[in-house]
Amino acid sequence: MATDTYTRIEDSAAGQKLAGPVGWLDDRLGLAAAGKKNLRKVFPEHWSFMLGEIALWSFVVLLLTGVFLTLWFVPSMAEVTYRGSYAPLYGIDMSEAYATTLNISFEVRGGLLIRQIHHWAAAMFIAAMFAHMLRVYFTGAYRKPREINWLIGVGLLGLGTIAGFSGYSLPDDLLSGTGLRFVNGLVRSIPLVGSYIEFFVFGGEFPGTMIIPRLYMAHILLIPAILLGLIGAHMLLLVYHKHTQWPGPGRTNDNVVGYPMLPVYMAKAGGFFFVVFGFLALMGALIQINPVWVYGPYNPAEVTAGSQPDWYMGWVEGAVRVMPALESTFFNRTWTWSVFMPGVLLMGVLFTALGLWPFIERWITGDDREHHLLERPRNAPVRTALGAAAISVYLVFLIGGGNDIIAIKFGMSLNAITWFVRIGIIVVPIIVFMVTKRICIALQRKDNADLTHGYETGVIDRSPSGGYAERHAPLPDGDQFALTSARERLPQLESEKPAATDEGGVRNPKFRKQSLRHKAREFYFDGSVDKPTSHEMDHAAEHLEGAGEHPVAQGEDFKGISHWGVPGDHEDH
Amino acid sequence: MRKLSTRRRHPIAGLLVIAFALVLAGALYSVVAPEPATAESASASEIEAGRELFLVGCASCHGLNAQGIETKAEHDGKPGNYGPSLIGVGAAAVGFQMETGRMPMAKTAPQVPVKSPNYSQEEIDQIAAYIASLAPGPSRPSDEYLDWESVDKEGVSAGGEFFRTNCTACHNSTGQGGALPDGRYAPSLVGVEPIHIYEAMLTGPQQMPVFSEEVLTPEEKLQVIAYIKQVQNQPTHGGVGGGGLGPVVDGMFVWIIGIGGLIGFAVWIGMHGTRVKKQ
Repeated sequence: MATDTYTRIEDSAAGQKLAGPVGWLDDRLGLAAAGKKNLRKVFPEHWSFMLGEIALWSFVVLLLTGVFLTLWFVPSMAEVTYRGSYAPLYGIDMSEAYATTLNISFEVRGGLLIRQIHHWAAAMFIAAMFAHMLRVYFTGAYRKPREINWLIGVGLLGLGTIAGFSGYSLPDDLLSGTGLRFVNGLVRSIPLVGSYIEFFVFGGEFPGTMIIPRLYMAHILLIPAILLGLIGAHMLLLVYHKHTQWPGPGRTNDNVVGYPMLPVYMAKAGGFFFVVFGFLALMGALIQINPVWVYGPYNPAEVTAGSQPDWYMGWVEGAVRVMPALESTFFNRTWTWSVFMPGVLLMGVLFTALGLWPFIERWITGDDREHHLLERPRNAPVRTALGAAAISVYLVFLIGGGNDIIAIKFGMSLNAITWFVRIGIIVVPIIVFMVTKRICIALQRKDNADLTHGYETGVIDRSPSGGYAERHAPLPDGDQFALTSARERLPQLESEKPAATDEGGVRNPKFRKQSLRHKAREFYFDGSVDKPTSHEMDHAAEHLEGAGEHPVAQGEDFKGISHWGVPGDHEDH
Repeated sequence: MRKLSTRRRHPIAGLLVIAFALVLAGALYSVVAPEPATAESASASEIEAGRELFLVGCASCHGLNAQGIETKAEHDGKPGNYGPSLIGVGAAAVGFQMETGRMPMAKTAPQVPVKSPNYSQEEIDQIAAYIASLAPGPSRPSDEYLDWESVDKEGVSAGGEFFRTNCTACHNSTGQGGALPDGRYAPSLVGVEPIHIYEAMLTGPQQMPVFSEEVLTPEEKLQVIAYIKQVQNQPTHGGVGGGGLGPVVDGMFVWIIGIGGLIGFAVWIGMHGTRVKKQ
């Protein structure tokens, strides 16, 4: 440690100058009390905790660039004749919304750059929310007390998707109009009320003249306002709950090991904002996104091959594309199942499942304790496998959504891809579930082996009889603690099996519910390996005693192989 | 005047009047009727040379007299085609199919693939002349309807409007091509010769509908060609294009470059804590 001499801030020159204004502010705003607590707030350090930050900063970039775009964009479906500088569309009749988007792209200085940054930021916003949500899911960070924050997150994801869609539809080009038509179809497919909702939303028959101004209002006012409010609540709860941390030496369920908000995270998060902004600006400057001019103005009679939604709606598109035609007529009405089921119902199922999952898991595990230490994905094999299966569902549907692009780029048959998706959507998740679960259990066993038999040092002993054996050394204490402290003991499932009747022969009134829950528990904990008992650990310590010593001098530099598989003398660097 | 009226009962007078009326009607028709974009007609020796080439290279599938060969296997109640009849397809179809290398066919596939042509220009012209001599059919367009650079701004955007209404559904809005069922596809229009775009519209090869000279006049065909060429010659405003493939590629960029790159930065930031000091 260097010399710890420093000047107290009130004695420094800057401190004396600032004392007046800061005191003035404190008298009026009470900053000292609030600041003292929150500026010293400690956050743990890990790269995966910054995924949500990417989403947050993308949202800030969206607000900044969005304000610029509103200065030039006219959300009107009134017809104008294009007289701008993009020659291939000269003299074409189009809506004012499309004309002003072209104007932003070709005439407004820096307009195309800002438009592209805005679009990249939108795609990034939702991608980062997905990545963040997956991190939270796979580490069990949504467990008590953070269920409500998880629900807010699900709301943010849904609203972000709607925000993205409404923005995609605003330029009124052929692609965005096609997307709007797709959603129009989804709305219509809702049984009984569909056509009424359609007329309510569109102000009459599609496309009408109202939808662009209405979407504009939603896109720049309603949805961002709700998003902002939810983001505020999300962050407040984060501060209130304290951030979760990975288990490790010195880290328990009751503390947070990390750095204070000021100055460390102020600098890191602030810096990361500029990194995200810079990244998005680079993408906006270098990579073309949504070239609205090549699509031409929207016209319900036209469509272009390769029409696709932005990636986050791609799975719904895929589901609709591969769904076999299914329609029935009763009560004198058409029930369009082939649109309703893959479109509306599937999205409903996704968001319902996301919202309910923490509560379903709690019902299964019966776990009512608070969790501030994250769980490694391998230690909840079924949760991890379900998550991986859900990702595979998403990807298989995405293949369906891009089936025409895949067919043309890889010279494949469109119908073959459609059938692959139809079968794959059932088979692939099951395989992914089983494989992931087995991998998790294998990794649990690997942890147990490391704990009870030590890690492989890379030191090979030759016995006098000529046999070879690799020397094992006990894991460092810190690693042993990290591997075991946050790992839950498995329940004794056999002993808690419910009985239909008690020993007196009286019928158990809750038997059905209990046995359902018991089956769920058996499914959830099936195959999981318990962490070693203290008896096993003692036995291991005895067994490994003296393993660090070596009969032949290795030289001072030799440190064997660490438990990460890295030569020991590389570990410090 | 008197002379004319006395001779009006002359035996030839009626014939003369009819001849005059026919010439007038013909002249009027040639002015009013849509003008087929015809190139020069062929000589007898060219036709004969084409027939000989046809017998060697084409007749095994299309029949000795280009009448086509039907198969015994039925499809939708009709006999299948071993090779379709070429009577009446005209020189335009021959030019399109042979100059793009589609014919002779490289392999049996859901759709005939493009390859480099096997025949010289002279040989293709001879075969075209032979096929055109069998029955009237669309002939090859003349150069004035292929000079797309001569089309003015309004013409280009009019061509664009037609292209978006009739072509983009399969060929994509910038003519990148698109997928059709069962391994068939609308081919990419990038780098295709104007004459072949013209002839494709005129003859409707494979999956493509026919846009005859009555439906779409030669001038309008030229406008469509001009739009395709113009839109493909535009600089890619806004940086590296995703190949004109739309949002699927954008999504890939966001996850690989965007999220991938930023996670790289996050790992970098996460590694550099204030207390992590390098020795």
